Amino acid sequence: MIKKKQLTQMLGFNLLRICALLVILILAAILYDIISKGIGVISWRFLTTIPTDGMTKGGILPAIIGTFLVTVITAILAIPLGMGCAIYLNEYAKDSIITRLIRMSIRNLSGVPSIVYGLFGVILFVQLMNIGACVLSAGLTLGLMTLPWTITASEEALKNVPDSYREGALALGATKWQTIKTNVLPYAVPGMLTGTILGLSRAAGETAPILFTGAAFYLPYLPRSLFDQFMALPYHLYIMSTQHHSITKVRPIAYGTALVLIALIFTMNLFAVILRYKLRKVKTE
Amino acid sequence: MAKNNNFKERFIHGLFLFNGLLVVAVLIGIFILLIVKSAPVFKEVPLKDFLLKARWNPTATFIEPSYGMGSMFVGTFMVSIGALIIAIPLGIGTAAYLSDIASPRVREITKPVIEILAGIPSVVIGFLGIVLVGPVISKIFGLPNGLNALNGSILLAVMALPTIISLAEDALKSVPLSFKEASLALGATHWQTIIKVKIPAAVSGIVAACMLGMGRAIGETMTVLMATGCSIAMPKGFLSSVQTITSTIAIELGEVPYNTTHYYALFAIGLVLFIMTFIINMISDIALHKYQKVTK
Amino acid sequence: MRKIICFIATVAVLSFSANVAMAKSDMVDIKGSDTLINVVQKLAEIYMKGHPGSTISVTGGGSGTGIAALVNGKCDIADASRGIKPKEVEDANTRGVDPKRVVIAIDGLSIITNAQNPITKLTVDDVGKLYRGDVKSWKELGGNDTPINLYGRQSNSGTYDFMKEVVMKGEYSPNMKSMNGNAQIVEAVKQDLGGVGYVGVGYVKDTTGINVLQVAANPSLGYFSPTNSMDVKSGKYPITRPLNQYLNGEPKGAARDFIIFELSSEGQEIIENEGFFAIPQEYQRYNNDLLGRSGEPEAKGTKYSVNGRDGN
Repeated sequence: MIKKKQLTQMLGFNLLRICALLVILILAAILYDIISKGIGVISWRFLTTIPTDGMTKGGILPAIIGTFLVTVITAILAIPLGMGCAIYLNEYAKDSIITRLIRMSIRNLSGVPSIVYGLFGVILFVQLMNIGACVLSAGLTLGLMTLPWTITASEEALKNVPDSYREGALALGATKWQTIKTNVLPYAVPGMLTGTILGLSRAAGETAPILFTGAAFYLPYLPRSLFDQFMALPYHLYIMSTQHHSITKVRPIAYGTALVLIALIFTMNLFAVILRYKLRKVKTE
Repeated sequence: MAKNNNFKERFIHGLFLFNGLLVVAVLIGIFILLIVKSAPVFKEVPLKDFLLKARWNPTATFIEPSYGMGSMFVGTFMVSIGALIIAIPLGIGTAAYLSDIASPRVREITKPVIEILAGIPSVVIGFLGIVLVGPVISKIFGLPNGLNALNGSILLAVMALPTIISLAEDALKSVPLSFKEASLALGATHWQTIIKVKIPAAVSGIVAACMLGMGRAIGETMTVLMATGCSIAMPKGFLSSVQTITSTIAIELGEVPYNTTHYYALFAIGLVLFIMTFIINMISDIALHKYQKVTK
Repeated sequence: MRKIICFIATVAVLSFSANVAMAKSDMVDIKGSDTLINVVQKLAEIYMKGHPGSTISVTGGGSGTGIAALVNGKCDIADASRGIKPKEVEDANTRGVDPKRVVIAIDGLSIITNAQNPITKLTVDDVGKLYRGDVKSWKELGGNDTPINLYGRQSNSGTYDFMKEVVMKGEYSPNMKSMNGNAQIVEAVKQDLGGVGYVGVGYVKDTTGINVLQVAANPSLGYFSPTNSMDVKSGKYPITRPLNQYLNGEPKGAARDFIIFELSSEGQEIIENEGFFAIPQEYQRYNNDLLGRSGEPEAKGTKYSVNGRDGN
């Protein structure tokens, strides 16, 4: 009787171990495939020249720049609005219907499919506001999509600031805003930025929201203003692997693009993690 | 001086409140704009037909164009449920492993692994569906190419796993220690404790995790666009090509002339998608709420 | 932290302003047909090398996408592998857009099968049967007992429309797999013993692993191949079509210069190198009229009669 219990436990534990191992193996397989088949294509030339010969040769510079530019616009929208909303929720809001409504909206917005954000972007930015399909529209659309992320991360950071900091300032006669400005924000902003960078790294890899709000198949020039279309890494990977007129020939370029994309995302994540680590050190000093 | 300050404080408070309300406005805005842009299609196509008729053929010229979401629903549900069949056991198993069995060192390695997996963009996963999973499927089943519902399910499972694992792990970790200690005190093994005590106690949290995973799967666009073969016919099984709601929008929105019935119809299916994920999120919210109540 | 943000902002602003300096009036925005994208991109690249300072951007999306963009005022030239539809002309006119057509190349739409499929020729009717889904196995057409797997394009494609209107005269079988572009169809048919697809003739040049079927309008008049330039230009190959570019009003400025290049002997040679066919005399005359040019066009081929739907 006892032996059976032990046996079941052993089998059960190993089953769970296998589950975890499978997950790790999946990631390993993904990274191995992309790195091994993409690394051969990466070169300084690949990263700094434009595609030529019907995009069968050359590099992916416009896609890298395009992704960079659209991510900057995303940040400009998502950071202030995200921080502001988090400040309201954590510092000002009392438990009322409005507060619960705001929180419910945030949770729901984070579950809205990326293509629906794309549709919204088309209606609002491309058509109603008549900005057209460009860096600005795509950036604003991605910004809205990143909002729930930045709000949640910012709120976490604000929560981590001990209440004693606030009480101390208030006790000295500071107003609420002064308290926030001098005693809360300086300690929370680094944490807010960490979470935001993670959110931005997600935005950089998104394709569906930019499909119809500004991403282009091939442009022989870099975007000259916010109102130009742009090439982008995720969209470039998509067209290189599906719509290009010789997809087997450009398969290596597709792998290279995929590698650059995940390298970019990984670097942003690493940056955020290092930032988080450095902050913990500062706090404990 | 004090009056000035007071006004400034109230103004800043109002500014932040406005910022908070903006978020609500965005959610409501998405809903309203989708309704406004899709309403015209329902003048031509009755709602029941739109949702239930199987055939989506808006560009038909020899017969009446038909706007039916039927086969799209089937395609979406097939890949989503297929994904959950793979991801739920795998995810809960991994979560249980992380919360109860893994040593802290293993946990230090596995958690970043899951975070990295979560950060891989959908287009890269879709790309791997074309170049990695597809050829394997076509070899195993002897098909000309591996772009079908099975491929989509596998890829969506990979995408839903991180969500399910982290939420389920949170749920399991939050089961009060007293539950575990009581069970062990009564003579149960660790394994029996996990299976019979912890998991049932965390069930609402786990359900919430699965629902969110399902929401992710249903709303995913690029992965299914690249890997499921995009055939609008009613699929015959997991080895058939399918077309999901999301792929239809992605494929057709670029070409459709503005303000035609086809155009409005695409926004209408976007609206349906929005409502579906909204409902799933609400259910998951309720489950999470219940679970938080239980563990308090 | 602030420094990093300032740095990023400065880089962004600089990279924009550096480009704003370039004149915008020289830019030509071309969108549309996937059949044409390869050859028009090539033409654009060579044109830009020879005319520094000019910028031509070429995007795909399908003929429908291109024409929609033209109608919505979002591009200068719409590449189309089919004719513009009356409804699209109507839409255009209500928005103050006046679509004018230039023909830049001739295509013999090619029906391809897997290299191991013994069937080498079909009638137009047979092809129609295939794509309407009237036949399920190659046996019914005199081949092996393998199920037929249909590969085609999506509804935004001019080729999709052209097949439907001219060859099938009916709706597509719902079992057809809709691929994103010509290249994907070729890849799919290469790997599928029972596969059949339709692609622009530029995509079958130098391609292994597929058969390019010979097609007959009427079996008694003979079967012809789309790779035979004479047969295509004379109209003997029954599924030929003009490859068009649509503009808003008569071509002017940078767009006109580019089109003149496309129609020049250098441009037409590039088109032939990519696997398509140069335009015959009637179309040259028609183009010259549109461009407001006089003079006899260079004799490039024999008299040509169009068998496909023209669109205008």
